[in-house]
Amino acid sequence: MSAAFPKAAKVALGMPQLRSNLAHATGTIRDKRAKAAGELDDWQRLRDTAAAVKADVQHRMPELAVTFERNAIAAGATVHWARDAAEANAIAARITREAGAEEVVKIKSMATQETGLNEYFAAEGLAAWETDLAELIVQLAEDEPSHILVPAIHYNRTEIRDIFKGRMPDAPEGLTDDPAALAEAARLHLRRRFLSAKVAVSGANFAVAETGSLVVVESEGNGRMCLTMPETLISIVGIEKLLPCFEDLEVFMQLLPRSSTGERMNPYTSVWTGVAAGDGPQNVHIILLDNGRTDVLADEVGRQALSCIRCSACLNVCPVYERTGGHAYGHVYPGPIGAILAPQLEPGRHDDLPYASSLCGACYEVCPVKIDIPEVLVHLRQTGPHGVGEKAAMSAAEAVMARPRLWRAALGAARFFSRPWRRRGFMRRLPWPGSKWTASRDMPVPPGESFRDWWKERER
Amino acid sequence: MNAREEILDRMRRALDGAQAPPRTPREYRRSLDPGTDAVDLLIDRLLDYKARVHHGTEAIAAALGDAGRVVVPADLPAEWRLGGARFIEDEALTTAELDEMDAVLTGCAAAVAVSGTIMLDAGATQGRRAITLVPDQHVVVVRRDQVTGHLAEALPRLDPSRPQTWISGPSATSDIELQRVEGVHGPRRLDVVILPE
Repeated sequence: MSAAFPKAAKVALGMPQLRSNLAHATGTIRDKRAKAAGELDDWQRLRDTAAAVKADVQHRMPELAVTFERNAIAAGATVHWARDAAEANAIAARITREAGAEEVVKIKSMATQETGLNEYFAAEGLAAWETDLAELIVQLAEDEPSHILVPAIHYNRTEIRDIFKGRMPDAPEGLTDDPAALAEAARLHLRRRFLSAKVAVSGANFAVAETGSLVVVESEGNGRMCLTMPETLISIVGIEKLLPCFEDLEVFMQLLPRSSTGERMNPYTSVWTGVAAGDGPQNVHIILLDNGRTDVLADEVGRQALSCIRCSACLNVCPVYERTGGHAYGHVYPGPIGAILAPQLEPGRHDDLPYASSLCGACYEVCPVKIDIPEVLVHLRQTGPHGVGEKAAMSAAEAVMARPRLWRAALGAARFFSRPWRRRGFMRRLPWPGSKWTASRDMPVPPGESFRDWWKERER
Repeated sequence: MNAREEILDRMRRALDGAQAPPRTPREYRRSLDPGTDAVDLLIDRLLDYKARVHHGTEAIAAALGDAGRVVVPADLPAEWRLGGARFIEDEALTTAELDEMDAVLTGCAAAVAVSGTIMLDAGATQGRRAITLVPDQHVVVVRRDQVTGHLAEALPRLDPSRPQTWISGPSATSDIELQRVEGVHGPRRLDVVILPE
C-alpha cells in the first residue's frame, strides 16, 4: 500500500509558515461559510434537493449526457468525448492549432488540472496562461495548487509579493504586499493577453442537459474575459457536471457560492448555450470527459463522490487538511473529497488517502450536496488493499479473540507488561512490531481490571 | 468503438441493476416572507458588495460621474442618455475601441434581492457581453418591477438560449489571505440606478 501521504504530511507538518498560513486562511473561510449558510433558513432543504438532483443525475447519466449533447449541438456548439486525460488534451491542442493559435488563456478549472493540460500544451510547444489570480501566482512560482478554491492558500501576501517581483517581468516598481496592489499588478499583467487572445480554455461548474448550456462561476472577471473575448472557446467538462434542467440552478447557485467563498453570490456567473451570433466566441467546443468517472459510477457506495460541486467547504473544516495542506495529498483533489475521489479515479495509486482522516464527520456536515464522506472513506478502507503486516496482525488478533481463554491470557499479559505506564495512561513507543502503530499514535494502557472481571466481581 | 459510444456504454454498464433514487424533494423557499420589500433588500445587498446605488432617471448623470466616453447598446432608451458624456452606440466596436471607453450604460433582465444579483441575458437594453466587461465602470439601470426576491423567481425571466451574465457587485478577488479586494479584471465600479416602474 502507498505510504505517500504520511511521508508528505510529515514534511508539511514541519513547515511553521505553511501551518500558520493554512490555519489563518481555513479559519477565516470557515467562519464566512457558517455565516452565509446560516442566513438561509431553508439551508437543509436546499441540501436535500441538491443531493437528490445529483443522485438522479448519476442514475440517468447516459440519457442526460445525450440530451445535453443534442441541445448543445443544436445551439451551434461542437461536442467531443474524451475517454481519458490524454484524449481530452489532444483534442484541445488540435482545436487550438486549427484556430491558428499557439497559446490559450485559461480560466481556473479542476478538470484541466486533472488532465494536466498545461504540461501537455507545453510539451506540444503551445502555451497555456492561467488567468485566475491564485492560479497565476502558482504558475509563476512553478508550484502546484494546494486548495480547490484558493490554490495559493499556502502563500501569505509577502510571499506573493516576492513571487511577483521575481517572476513577473512587468511587475510595477516598488510593489507592496497590499492585496489591492497585488491584484492591480495582476490586472495590468493580464489585460493585453485577454484582449488579444484567440483561444480560451475553461471547465464548467454545471452543464444543463435541458438547454445544452454551460455555467461558469467566478469572482475576478478573468472568466468573463476568457468566455467572451476570444473567437474560439474550448470547455472541458466532466460528465458528472450535468444537471437535468435550468431550474436546478436555483438550488445549486444558492449552495455553491455560500459554501465555497462564504458569499451570498459570487461576483460573476456566466451562462452560455452554444454560439450566440455577434456575441462572444463563434467557435464553441465542449469536451465531455470521463477519465475514471464511469468507474466511480460503478461503485454503489462510492458513486456519491460524483455529486461533488468542488466548493471546497470540506477542506476548510477538515482537521487533517488544516494541518497538512493540499500538497501532502499528492492529487489534484485534496482534503476529504480528494481522499474519496483520488483513489477511485486512479485505482491503486492513492489507497493510503482513505486513512488521511479521523472520521470526525465535519466534512459531511458542511457538504452542500450531502456526500457522506465518512461512509465512503470507511467503504474504501474495507475494499482497499491491506499491507502484509496489517493482515498478519489482524489474523493473529482473530485467532486470539476467537478463543476466550487465550484472549484472557493475552489481556493478562498485556496488563502485566504495561504496569510501569499505568499511571500515565499511555505508552509512547512500543517495540517492533508495535512500533509501527506508535510511530504516529500513542498506545493506551489496558485498564487494571477487564470488564468481565469487574462484572464477575459485581455479580458476586 | 469511438469515444462517445465507449463512454456511454461504460455508463450503462456501471448502472446495470441500479435502483432508481427517490423523487427529488423541492421544499425550499421560492419567495420572500410577506412584508419584506425586495427592493430594500436588494439595495442592502448591493451596498454590502460595495456597489453604489442611485435612484431615479435623473441620477444616471451623477452615476456616470466624469466618464467622457460611454458605450451603450443601440436600443438603450434616449431618455437614459443623460449628462455630459458622449454616448457611443455599440455597432460591432472592436476590442481596442471598447478599451477606450470610460464606462458602459445598460439595462438588465432581472435582479435577485436575497443575493444582490443583477442579471443580463443579452436582451433589450443590454447589448452583447463584451460591452459590459471591458470598460472599467458599469452603470446598470434596474426597474422596480424587474426586482425579484429569490433566484427561483428570477430564472423564469431569463432566456436560457441567450448568453447570460449574473453580476453581484464589482469584480473581486479573495485569493490573497482570503481578504476581499474589489476590482480585478471586470469593471471595478458598479453603479446601480433604481427606477420606479
